[in-house]
Order: sequence, then C-alpha cells, then structure tokens
Amino acid sequence: MLRYVVSRLGLSVVMVLLATLVIFLIANTVPGDPVLMQLGDLAASNPATVAEFRHHWGLDLPLWHRYWIFLDGMLHGDFGESLVSRRPVLRDIADYAPATVELASIAFVLSLAVGLPLGILAAVRRDSWIDHLARAVSLIGVSAPTFWLAFVVLAIFYGWLDIAPGPGRLDPVSFPPTPITGLLLIDTAWLGDWDTFRDAAAHLVLPSIVLAGSTLGLITRTTRAAMLEALSQDYVRVARAKGLRGRAVVTGHALPNAMLPVVTLGGLAYANLLAGAVMTETVFSWPGLGRYTFTSAVAVDFPAIMAITTIVAIVFVAVNFLVDLSYALLDPRVLKR
Amino acid sequence: MPAPADRPPAAPILSVRDLRTWFLTDAGPVRAVDGVSFDVHPGETLGIVGESGSGKSVCAKSIMRLLDAPARIVGGAIHFRGRDLARLDEEAIRAVRGREIAMVFQDPMTSLNPVLRIARQLVEAMTAHGRFTPAAARTRAIDLLRRMGVAAPERAVGSYPHQYSGGMRQRVMLAMGFSNEPALLIADEPTTALDVTIQAQILDLLRGLNRDMGTAVILISHDLGVIANVCSRVLVMYAGEVVEEGAPEDLLTDPRHPYTWALLHAAPRIDAEAEDRRLVTIEGQPPDPRTWPEGCRFRARCPFAVDKCAEHPQLLPAGEGRATRCWVTQAGGALHTPARPAPLPAVPRPEAAPGPLLQVTGLQKHFVLPNDGYFGQPRVLRAVDDVDLTVSRGETVGLVGESGCGKSTLARLVTRLHQPTAGRIVFDGTDIGSATQAQIRPLRRRMQMIFQDPYASLNPRDRVGEILAGPLRLHGIVDGEAAARQRVAELLDLVGLPVQSARRFPHEFSGGQRQRISIARALSVGPDFVVADEPVSALDVNIQAQIINLMVDLQERLGLTYLFIAHDLAVVRHVCDRIVVLYLGRVMEVGRAADLFARPQHPYTRTLISAAPVPDPRIERTRRHVPMLGEPPSPLNPPSGCRFRTRCPIAEARCAAEVPPLQDIGGGQFAACHFPGKF
Repeated sequence: MLRYVVSRLGLSVVMVLLATLVIFLIANTVPGDPVLMQLGDLAASNPATVAEFRHHWGLDLPLWHRYWIFLDGMLHGDFGESLVSRRPVLRDIADYAPATVELASIAFVLSLAVGLPLGILAAVRRDSWIDHLARAVSLIGVSAPTFWLAFVVLAIFYGWLDIAPGPGRLDPVSFPPTPITGLLLIDTAWLGDWDTFRDAAAHLVLPSIVLAGSTLGLITRTTRAAMLEALSQDYVRVARAKGLRGRAVVTGHALPNAMLPVVTLGGLAYANLLAGAVMTETVFSWPGLGRYTFTSAVAVDFPAIMAITTIVAIVFVAVNFLVDLSYALLDPRVLKR
Repeated sequence: MPAPADRPPAAPILSVRDLRTWFLTDAGPVRAVDGVSFDVHPGETLGIVGESGSGKSVCAKSIMRLLDAPARIVGGAIHFRGRDLARLDEEAIRAVRGREIAMVFQDPMTSLNPVLRIARQLVEAMTAHGRFTPAAARTRAIDLLRRMGVAAPERAVGSYPHQYSGGMRQRVMLAMGFSNEPALLIADEPTTALDVTIQAQILDLLRGLNRDMGTAVILISHDLGVIANVCSRVLVMYAGEVVEEGAPEDLLTDPRHPYTWALLHAAPRIDAEAEDRRLVTIEGQPPDPRTWPEGCRFRARCPFAVDKCAEHPQLLPAGEGRATRCWVTQAGGALHTPARPAPLPAVPRPEAAPGPLLQVTGLQKHFVLPNDGYFGQPRVLRAVDDVDLTVSRGETVGLVGESGCGKSTLARLVTRLHQPTAGRIVFDGTDIGSATQAQIRPLRRRMQMIFQDPYASLNPRDRVGEILAGPLRLHGIVDGEAAARQRVAELLDLVGLPVQSARRFPHEFSGGQRQRISIARALSVGPDFVVADEPVSALDVNIQAQIINLMVDLQERLGLTYLFIAHDLAVVRHVCDRIVVLYLGRVMEVGRAADLFARPQHPYTRTLISAAPVPDPRIERTRRHVPMLGEPPSPLNPPSGCRFRTRCPIAEARCAAEVPPLQDIGGGQFAACHFPGKF
C-alpha cells in the first residue's frame, strides 16, 4: 500500500511539473503583448519606457531563466504580482477562491445526493418510470447549455416568481461576516449570524442547481450504467443464490463494484466544477475564480493567468491522486497486479 | 456409488412435474424448458447432460427461482419438502435458497465478488438465514475451507478472490454451497472452466461430500465422462425436454435414445484406439426453441426415424429403472453400431519430400511483466523455456498441458506472432526465429492459424465474403473481383457452407459454422501448415465432431500439416499422430499418440491421462486414478530442477538438483524425467 501511495505521489509531482512547463511555454508563446496592453499607445511608442517596463517585469530575460524564476516563486508561494490589481496574485486568488469552492462543493454534493440514488434505482428498476426519469434528467443535465439554464432559472425564479434572491453571494443590505475561511455558510454559522447564513444559503440555491446540472447528468448516467454492468455479473447471481435479501445484494455486492467508474468520473467532475464555473459565475455575478479568470484573460494579465492555470492543474492532479488512492481502497486487485 | 439395489427407497425430496420455463420475448415465447419431469431422492447424485440450449441450466435456475426477465415459469410444479417452489413468494423462496437448496456455478473466476474478502462472502451465506452468529459463521467458514482442501484456511478467509486460482475458488464456492447443510446442491457445470487435473480433484471432493454429508446433488454437465464419474442416475435433455433417463451404467453403454447414442459416438474416447479419425456425427443443429417441430423433436436429425416419429413420443419406461422418449426403442428396436461416414475421395497428395516442415530448437519466450512502482526487480514470466519441437510434413502434432503451460505462446511463436527471446524456428529450411516481419510476410501464405473463439476471431463488421477475400487480396493471390468471388465460393464449399454465406455477417452463424468460416479463412491462401489453437474447445460435442471430421478431411485432401493445441486429451489422442506434453513452459514428454497413451513414461503424462474421465462408469471404476497433487506453481517462479517435481509422486532429491534432459526412450518416444517409466 505504502509503495503504491509513494509511487502515485511521485507521479503526481512529475505531472504538476510538466503542467507548469506547458503552461509557461503557452503563456510565453501566445500572441498578445502584455507591454502594449498595459502601457497604452502613447507610452508604448517610447522605446525607453517599453525597455524599462520589460526590465522591471523581467520580460528581457531568456525563456529558461524566466521559467526558473516562475518555478522558484511558485515553490515559495509567489506567483508574482497581478498586472491589473498590482497585488500579489495569490492574494487575489485567496479572495476569489472561497466563493468558488463554496459554490462548487454545494453543487457537487447536490449532484451526488441526487445522481447516485437515481442511478442506482434506475438500474435496479430498469425500464420503470424511475429509469425513464433518470434518463430524462441525465439527458437534460448533460445537453442543456449552462448559460441558457442560468438565464432561464434566473428569469423564472427571480424575475417572474420572485421566490429566489438575485445574483451575488449576499443581498446588498446584508453585511458579509469577517472572513475566517471565506466560505460564507461556515463563517456565519461559526459566528452564529443566522440571518446572513440564511441569506447566503438562499443565494446559493439557483447557481448551485445550474452548476450541478451537467455533473448530475453524468453521475446519474455513469452510476446507472455501472450498476447495470455489476448487476449482470455472476457474483450477483451467486449472492442471490445464497438467499440474501434484494437490498443486501444491491448494496453489498453490486454497489461496491459499480463505484469504481463513478469515483473516477466524480473526481474529475469536482475538479471541473472548481475550474469551470465561468459561465455560471458570470451570469450570477458570483465573485469567484471563474470571474477572476475571465477578467484576467481579457486583460492579458499573465501572472494571474499562469497562477490560475497552475492551481487548476494542481487541483486536477490532486483529485486524480485521490481517485487513485480510493481505487486501491475500493478494489483490492489494484494493489496486486 | 449406490448400485440400483440400494437406491434410496425414501420419497423424493425434489419432484419436478411438467416444468415449463419460457423466455417471453417480443418475438414470441422461447420454450427453453418445455415439459420436464424428474425426481431427486435424498442423498442421490443426479446428472443432467445435454448440449448448450437444451434447457439444462434454465431448469436449474427455475428450481432456484433465479430466472431473469424475460424468463418465466409458465407451467408445472416443483415440489420440494411439501412446498411448490414455482409458486412461493420472493421472501419464501429466499429462505430456501442457500439454506435448503444451494447452487454452485460454472465459472469460479467470476462467481466470487472481487472486492469483498472471502470471509465476508462465506459468512453472509450463513448469517443470511439466521443460523449462525457472525463469529460462529467465521469459525465454521474456516472449518469448511479446510474440509474443502484449501491450504491455510485461516489465511484464506482474510484474502480476496483474485489471490486464488480457479480450482481454489471453486473449493470456496463448494464451501459456500455446503455451509448451511442443504438437502440439495445444484452444481451447474462446476468443472467446465477448470483444467482436467483440477477437475478430477473437484469431482473427488464433490463425491466425498455427497457421501459424508448425505446431500443430494444435481450435477449439470455437457461432459458424459464427468457424469459417469459422479452420478448414480442420468437425465439426457434435448430441445427443452428429457429424452432419456437411467443409470449411467446402462445409459452410457446401451443408449435407448438416438440422441444419447449420437452424443456417445460423437465424443472421442481417451481409452479407445480409433482406426479412422472421422467421428460419427449427426447432421444439422438443434431445432429453434421458438417453434419446436411437431412430433419427435430429434426426428429431423435422427438416423433411425420412422413414420411414427411424426407423433410426439412420451417419456416411457424402457426396462429396469430407465425411460426413453423414442418410438423406435420403446417398440423394442435397437440402435445399431454406427456406420462411419465415408471418407472423401482422396486427392492424390503431392509427394512431398519427407522431412521436417518445422524444426524448433531451444525456443524461449520470456515476458517481462510491468512492475508496479519504481522499485524492485522486474518480474520475468518464462512462458516457453527451452523447447524443441519437430513437425514433419503431413503429420498432426498435438500440444497438450494445463492452462498456463505455454502451449498458446508456443503456437504464436512458431507462427511468429510473438518474437522469441531465444532459439531457432526453421520453417521449411528458412530460419524465421529472428527474421523481421517483412521477411516473414511471404511465408505467411504458407502458415495460418485457427483460433479458439470463433466469436472473437471474426470481425463482426465484415461480411463473410470480405473476411475470406481479404487474405487473398493481401497476398495478391487472385486477379480481380470475379476471381476473388469464385475463390470465396470454392472455400465455402470446401468447409461445407452454402455459397450464399458470403453475403452474411458472422453473427448470423452458429458457433460451429463460425469455426468453419475461420477454417476457410485460414485455408484461403493455400497454406501447407496450419496451427489450430483449441479449435474445438468452445463447441458442443456434436459440433466438435463435425469440425474434427472437417479438419481430417481437409488434411487428406490438401495434404495439410497441423499443429493442434487442445486441453482435451481425448480429442488430441483422436486427431494427432504425435503428442507433445508441456508443463510450465517445458516439454515433459513426446511420443506417438498411441504409445504415449498406452505407455506414458513421464509421471506428469501419467497423471494427466488418469485425470481425464471416461464416459463409462464400469471402466471408470476399474481405472487406476492417480491423484494429482496440488496446483501448478507460478511460472514466475518455477521450481528448480524438474519443474514437475513439486507435484510428482516419485520425486527424489535429484529431481530438485538436476534438470532432466529429454531422453530417448525408444520408438520415437522421449521423456524429460530422471526415472522414466518408473511410475
């Protein structure tokens, strides 16, 4: 087991390093000169200003040197200064990340809480009404575009029925709590500020449903397929032949085997939610990483873009590592091959 | 085994009456089991034989009520200890399953849940019926495993299934089956997926358990030898009904139904010298279960059919303790000894220079296994280790051995699908052992392969015509489409398929027909050497006989040379001139087929032959059975010296120290043993 963990961990570190190299090379070869973007036409026409600007930001150094500086900084938690906000990039990200983590986690829990039971029931009661419902849910979830879904639910539940709060994390009249974790639900609950807690929770409902949509669809579909596969295996028939109850056969024998593909998909889906909420955050004016990514990209804010991309890469590699570990726990055959 | 005299007088524990289990499909009912009646007495061993599709497994699942939709019991009754199992509700049948009737399935590799420990899987079988506390069940699980012959059962319960071989897993399944001391155990092809030596061990175990615990057993098998070995009474099923019933002594020596007769004659015997390699086969396929024919269901294929057979016969007594569903034998008619199919007119064979077509010396294939992680030595699997082999023109050489002995690897080496690690492969004077694929390509026309699985080895997207024409075009053998079509038609005719088959897809054919297509594909380029890797293992006995006959005919007509790989010793003995016995990648013994079976010199050959059952209980009783000890060691870490020594009954210290060379015994027989013929 230890050997497996260490080897996977080693592999993860190599993956992160490779990712940073790719990110760095892409960022330094894409067209779009940060100098022109930042200085404006007049200053950019003055070669001395441009040279000074390049020197200040280290843009005149050779590529490998700049990569080394980037790596070295990264190891010390320093991703440089944002060209836009003139603050350390990491501090910017620390401000924006909690909103995304909160939204993505709620959306993920939501899609698991609905998708897993729905997929299991659909497989057990194949071709019944619940199977048809599961298929409809996964089809709509996967195929409805996020921005469209976001506008529709906002229009119906906020604009028309007026039973849900509008965009943003809190009502303008609410006071955000002093950040402890930055996750509003946890901070308000910690401080006992239940009015703000309710407000924050209400604001999470629509965006998390929208964000959960496609993940929910994928998880339902994967769970259903994996359960159907597992239920058709010989060992399930053997379990029935032992005289086990139907529920014990499903949860005790089929489910543990069906979890493997679901864990793989779930891990990647969570990483995707953390990285890819740009649409939802934009429509719901959610001050999260998606929005920050978007504004940084428009401004060609290289330190910010590279920091975000690196963090996303790390999140993906970390999730993959956890998926590999859970594989070893779920399936004893993984360790001994 | 109880003789008819001491047949249990008690009332039957299981009485199946006119059972009908149909698959209610959209295309109409598939009448898989259609009017089956039989009794099982306490402590009895009842065998059910039949080809695939005869309804024997569906029958077993009906008793356990383990049918999946769209299968349903549509009629009849299953009386068991005062209840009708066919009419119990789900909760009541659940109390019967595993507690009063247990079942062991065919494939032990897939019957255990891979992610659960063996302890848990055994314990829940006992706790599900509330008979044991978890702690007591665990203790009992260990005891049961020990009884089943599992080494170190305390450790085994804490292990996962993948850590055990197929034979060990089937022992675990048997432990599970007997854990609640059921009155009846249904074993559905329990040894079909196992090697013959392990099969002998499991059948021994099953017999012992039946004797010691008094559990009645229903043993379902397609193998008459297995049935003869274990059972005191046999049912023969055909087309969803029982066609004959009786004690194996009577039924297997003097069959009273033409189908039983056909089964018996279609299977080659390990104990019989055959003057002709053609087997007696019955034509055609079993009828379509959607529309069973009027009258006797076997009539269309029956060589004894009379006018009366247009009426559906009943299963009626035909002598002491036996019954048959046949008008001819019920009227006292006899089933005569079969006439062998007439050999095809032999085409004058091109008088090839005698001499080896294939000569293999010192052949090795080592697979380096990927090592998980970055530490440790890479593991090397010595699949084939220092093998010499000679195949002369026009001869059939058989390769036998248990699974994992390297026979398939050897087949792939001589056809150069694998690159050898070391050694020479000389094919008709050319050394192809180290040649590049480009250099071998011209020779590919001359050596072809037939594979075991006719389902997997034909591309499902290509029409048969395309499958056969592909190699012709690749080797530039024919000019133009018309010539290719002409050649495809000839090939289909050669293997006994209608010309129209060319326009159809592989899935439209049965297993036997698909194997004919595989053979036609191999022959399309006009090879002189054909490597057949288990070509008949996936087929029912009658289809197997048809394919063997086809291969024998083709050899005579085309002067082919075969390298024939099979695990079924009877088949190998029947079709081969010479036999090579492999064990853990090494040759143990080589000899002419008749000599090898009559006078095996190597203890491994001897035990292998003794493990193969003969479909005649009287002969079975007189045969000396040599128990094969244990299981084959891992080829990753083979024993020193003689590789067989760990399971050999006569091994001495010398066997661990020295590798025995393959020495000449005389008469063209060679054995790699320090004490040849001593056992």
